[in-house]
Amino acid sequence: MKKAKNLVAATMIGSALLLGACGQGDGKSKSSEAEQTAKADEVAESNISGDGSSTVAPILEGIVEEYSASHPKTQVSVGVSGTGGGFEKFINGETDFSNASRPVKDEEAAKLKEAGIDYTEMKIAYDGISIVVNKDNDWVEDLTVDQLKEIWTENGKNKKWSDINPKWPKEKISFYSPGTDSGTYDYFVNDILEGKDLVKNATLSEDDNVLVKGVESDKNGIGYFGFAYYLANKDQLKVVKIGGIEPTHETIKSGTYTPLSRPLFVYVKNKSVKENASMYNFMKYTIENAGEMAEAVGYVKTPDEDYKKDLEALENLK
Amino acid sequence: MNLINQKEILHRIQSRVNLNRFVKGIFLVATLLVLAVLALLLFRLISQGAGHLSLDFLGNYSSRFAAKAGIKAALVGSILLMLVVAPVTLIIGVATAIYLEEYAPKTKLTNLIVINISNLAGVPSIIFGLLGLTVFVRGLMLGKSVLAAGLTMSLLVLPVIIVSSQEAIRGVPSDLREASYGMGAAKWKTILHVVLPAAIPGIATGCILALSRAVGETAPLVILGIPVIVYFLPTGLLSEFTALPMQIFDWAKRPQPEFQTVAAAGIVVLMVFLLLLNSLAVYIRYKYQKRY
Repeated sequence: MKKAKNLVAATMIGSALLLGACGQGDGKSKSSEAEQTAKADEVAESNISGDGSSTVAPILEGIVEEYSASHPKTQVSVGVSGTGGGFEKFINGETDFSNASRPVKDEEAAKLKEAGIDYTEMKIAYDGISIVVNKDNDWVEDLTVDQLKEIWTENGKNKKWSDINPKWPKEKISFYSPGTDSGTYDYFVNDILEGKDLVKNATLSEDDNVLVKGVESDKNGIGYFGFAYYLANKDQLKVVKIGGIEPTHETIKSGTYTPLSRPLFVYVKNKSVKENASMYNFMKYTIENAGEMAEAVGYVKTPDEDYKKDLEALENLK
Repeated sequence: MNLINQKEILHRIQSRVNLNRFVKGIFLVATLLVLAVLALLLFRLISQGAGHLSLDFLGNYSSRFAAKAGIKAALVGSILLMLVVAPVTLIIGVATAIYLEEYAPKTKLTNLIVINISNLAGVPSIIFGLLGLTVFVRGLMLGKSVLAAGLTMSLLVLPVIIVSSQEAIRGVPSDLREASYGMGAAKWKTILHVVLPAAIPGIATGCILALSRAVGETAPLVILGIPVIVYFLPTGLLSEFTALPMQIFDWAKRPQPEFQTVAAAGIVVLMVFLLLLNSLAVYIRYKYQKRY
C-alpha cells in the first residue's frame, strides 16, 4: 500500500517537474526569438526550419551536416514532405525555406501572396529524370519523347509493349511512378505528358526504393525517378536513352539531355533572411556549397553564373 | 453390479482422445507459427543491423555517409517525446477511468461516452496526426515541437489507457470497497488507498503498452511534418526534434543499399527501447500482483 502511494506521489512530482520544464522551454524560445529580432550574429542560438522535396533532401542533408559541425548553435532542421507538402508548410509560414524539384505553381504563388510571404527562388542544382526498365528487357534501348508520352498517357486501355512498337513483345507494361506529392511527378506530367493524365494503373510511391524494387523484379516494368536513385542502383536497372541521349553527368550539365533534365530549387523566405543573421549565413553557405554537394550525392551542379545570381539575390535581401 | 459400462466407455474414448490430440496440435502449430515469424523477424533484423550497431551509432548524428550515420538526435527526441506523453496520458487517462468507473452515474449518456472512447481506440493514427496538425501545430502555434508531437501522441493513446484502466478498476473486488466503507473511509480515501493500489498492475500494463505504441507510431509524425535532417538535440519542449520511427523511415527510403543496414540497426535500437518499456510493465505487474 505504501509503495503504491509512493508511486502515485512520484508520478505527480514527475508531472509537476515536467510542467515546470515546459514553462522553462517556453521562456527559452521567447528569449531566442528576441535575440533573432535583435539581429544577433551567428554566435547566438537560432532555429532555421525547412521542408520539401525528397529529391533535394540529400543535397541539403550534406550541407546541414557540414554547417552544423562548424556552427553548432544554429539549429537547422529539414523535413522531407515532398515538394507539394513543403510548399503547403511554406505557405502556412511554418518554414524558412522550401526545397522544390519543380518551380512554384501559380496557385501556390497566389496563396503565398495572399499569406503575405515574399520569397526568392534559388537554383541550386540540376537533376536528370531517368527512365529505367528491367535488366532483362532487351527490346527498349532508346525512346523518343513522343513514344514516352504514348507509353505513359492514360488512354483507357491496358497497354502492351506491342502497342508502341509492333516488334516489341505482346506483354502488358507495368508502370512505376513517384507519388502525386512529389515534384518529379509534377514535372513529368506537366512537361512530358503536357498535362494529360498519367496511366491509372501505375504503382505510385513517395518512396523511390519501392520504384527501384518494382522495376528490378518486373520484366515488363518501366519507371522514372531522380538521377541519384538511378546512379545508386545502376547495376540492377537498365536506363533508357531519350532521343539517343543517355542521362549522364555530362549530358545533364550540358543540357543535351532534354527535356528530362530539370533544375532543383530552394525557395527562401525573404523575411527570415532579413531578420535572422544566422539564416543569411546558412543560405550563403548553402549556395556556396550546393554545387559541390550536389555532385557528391549524384546530381549535377548548375553553371557558376546561377550561383552568382543566387548570391546577389541573397545580398539584396539582407 | 457394474456401475460403469466399461465397454461403452472404451468404445467412445478413442475418438475423444483423438479429438483432444487434434485440437492440441492445432494450438501448438498456431503458437509455433507466431514464434517462427517472430524469430525470423528478429534474426533478419539482428543479422542485418548488428554490423552497424556500436556506441558510435548511439552517439552520432545521422549522416549522408552510411558508415558515419548515428541515431543520437532521434533517440533523445523519442525519449523526450515519452516524457511528454507519459505524464499527460497517465494523469488524464487514469483520472478519466476513475471518474467513469467510480463517480459517473450509470446513465445512457455515460454508456455512450464509454462506447465512444473504446471506438476512439480503433481510429487510425493518421487521423490523430491531422488533428494534431490543425490543433497543436497550427491552432496553438506550437510548431513542429516536442510538445505538439507529444500531445498528439497522447490523444492517440489516451483511449487505450482509459479502457485498460477502467478494466483494472472494475476488476477490483467490491468486497474491498465495502470493507473500506465499513471502516468509515470516505469515497476518495477508498479510491486512493484501496481501489487504485489494487488496480495498479492492470493500469501499469495498459500504460506501458500504450507508451510502446506511441514510441513506434510513424504516421502522425509524418503528418505533423516532423523533420528528419536534424543535427542538434532538442533544447526544450518547444524545440524541433526528430524521433526514432521518422529516422528509420528516412534511412529505409535512401537509394544507397548500405542505408538499409543502418535502418535495420535503428530498428534494433527501437526494439530494445520497446523491450525495456515492456519489461518495466512486467516488473510492475509482478511486484503488485500478489497483494490481493
